[in-house]
Amino acid sequence: MNFTQQDSKKRCLKYRERILGISQKVRAIHAAGAFSAIEMVDTIYFGLMRKKNNKNFQDTFLMSKGHGCIAQYAILEELGILPKKELDNYCTVDGKLGSHPDYGVPGIEASTGSLGHGMGLAVGMAHADEIKKVDRKFFLMISDGELQEGSTWENMMMAANLELKNLICFLDHNGSQSFGHTKETHPKFYPLKEKITSFGWECVEADGHNQDELIKKVNSRIGKKPFMIIGNSIKGKGISFMENKPIWHYRSPTPEEYKIALKELELQKL
Amino acid sequence: MRNKFAEVIYKTGLKDNRICALVADISPAGAMIKFREKFPKRFINCGVAEQAMIGIAAGMALRGMRPFCYTIATFTLYRPFEMVRVDLCYQNLPVTIVGMGTGTIYSTLGGTHLTQEDISVARSIPNMNIIAPCDPNELEEAVKYCCTKSKGPVYLRIGKAGEKNFTNKLSEKWQFGKIRKVHPGKNICILTFGPIIEKAFEIKEQLNKKKILPEIYSCHTLKPFDYLGLKKIFKKFKTIVIIEDHSKIGGLNNIVKSSAYENKYSGKIISYSLKDEFIHCYGTQDDLLAKHGISSKKIYKDIIKVIK
Repeated sequence: MNFTQQDSKKRCLKYRERILGISQKVRAIHAAGAFSAIEMVDTIYFGLMRKKNNKNFQDTFLMSKGHGCIAQYAILEELGILPKKELDNYCTVDGKLGSHPDYGVPGIEASTGSLGHGMGLAVGMAHADEIKKVDRKFFLMISDGELQEGSTWENMMMAANLELKNLICFLDHNGSQSFGHTKETHPKFYPLKEKITSFGWECVEADGHNQDELIKKVNSRIGKKPFMIIGNSIKGKGISFMENKPIWHYRSPTPEEYKIALKELELQKL
Repeated sequence: MRNKFAEVIYKTGLKDNRICALVADISPAGAMIKFREKFPKRFINCGVAEQAMIGIAAGMALRGMRPFCYTIATFTLYRPFEMVRVDLCYQNLPVTIVGMGTGTIYSTLGGTHLTQEDISVARSIPNMNIIAPCDPNELEEAVKYCCTKSKGPVYLRIGKAGEKNFTNKLSEKWQFGKIRKVHPGKNICILTFGPIIEKAFEIKEQLNKKKILPEIYSCHTLKPFDYLGLKKIFKKFKTIVIIEDHSKIGGLNNIVKSSAYENKYSGKIISYSLKDEFIHCYGTQDDLLAKHGISSKKIYKDIIKVIK
């Protein structure tokens, strides 16, 4: 598979349009948290995960920040893993996709949504792969808010103790959570990189919306420890009035806002 | 019981490489050391990090392993409750959480280490199964079941050390989800589960002297409960005695009484459960139980009164 930043950018515009379209039918969409992660998730699926064959991946991806799963759904639709009708029926009684991912849905490895669970599941799965000597990389995406959960740190400690070299975690560092900007609400949350490194992880920072940089940073890791890439991102990225505004954590745009948003995406295609 | 548990998972682990043990910094019982040495990759000491223990076990189960999470009962269920609910039960994964030293067993450690409402809490989670074996023999059967046959999460509620065996060749065969007659009788029926079955046998000895022959059942599977088996007991006995080392809320007391109502049972049910109160005292386990109205002497006296 030849991954190019240009192709990924095109796909990401398409996902944003698709998500905004769905947002006009349902309210619980968490579009802003999806938009901060979307370049990273696309890069993982199209640029980093190895395929076993045309249909199946050899590597695993888990979206621990379950509230951003609409980004993953749009990508799974692009990959042909989720049929179009499923996204059309998002959050309706006729469909099986809700605003947090459920185990059993095609392409979803585990149920997430309650924060602080994904790291443990990932450590267990990655360790089981090592026991079984399965050649598999484990890609995990967590949110920065999720890094406030004690369980995430418990499991990061265990990932390092178990020397899980096959675990690669993307931290969607959009710096914003339901109550506001983390720098203001929880200043001692920072510094991040030092904390993560001190827990026995290899850690680097990157622009979370720059696919080439993300791939380069992942592929040039030393690889002797579990690896965390802090993807510095913008919540609501791509739609000017949504960017870095905490109010967009949950809400959907009004019809008027939707039209403006689509126009902005059109301009980005040029 | 803890030694028997470790011995069975070690023996099964020799033949089945899906078996793994996760502990939360609990000093390993005899055979657990053997498991750790024989299968270093399949033994994980998560440290004092019970949320991690359950989450990692869930991840391993998602990859086809059959993990056992083992520590003092309160720390297997209460501390990581949401991991038990979401990671194990919501996803219906075959992970066994082994709560050791349940009920009032840790009688000198104070309320932080007692599990008087664990069955009540665990029973209300969909997909959760609960097994509370009455002696090391039953525990062996239960662990074998959890190693190979269980399809979803199990809360295995066990004792600690030095429990005697009460089941033997005369007892009915152990079957998951079935009430088990462990001693035949005819006048009254005693329903119980877990190591407190010892009290039922003490009472039986005294009653036998008065020519009263109680039938004793181990209700080892609290969920799913054997309501058909219970119905047969309602038909056979006019007096039912319940003894449990658990709160009166949500345990065997509630199971039997609600079923009695549904079956229009007209006999008498006397139950001995822990009160809905935290336990702030110390002493032997018998001291604690007595403070909550559970002693062989009292139960014996009550039965004599009811029968006459």
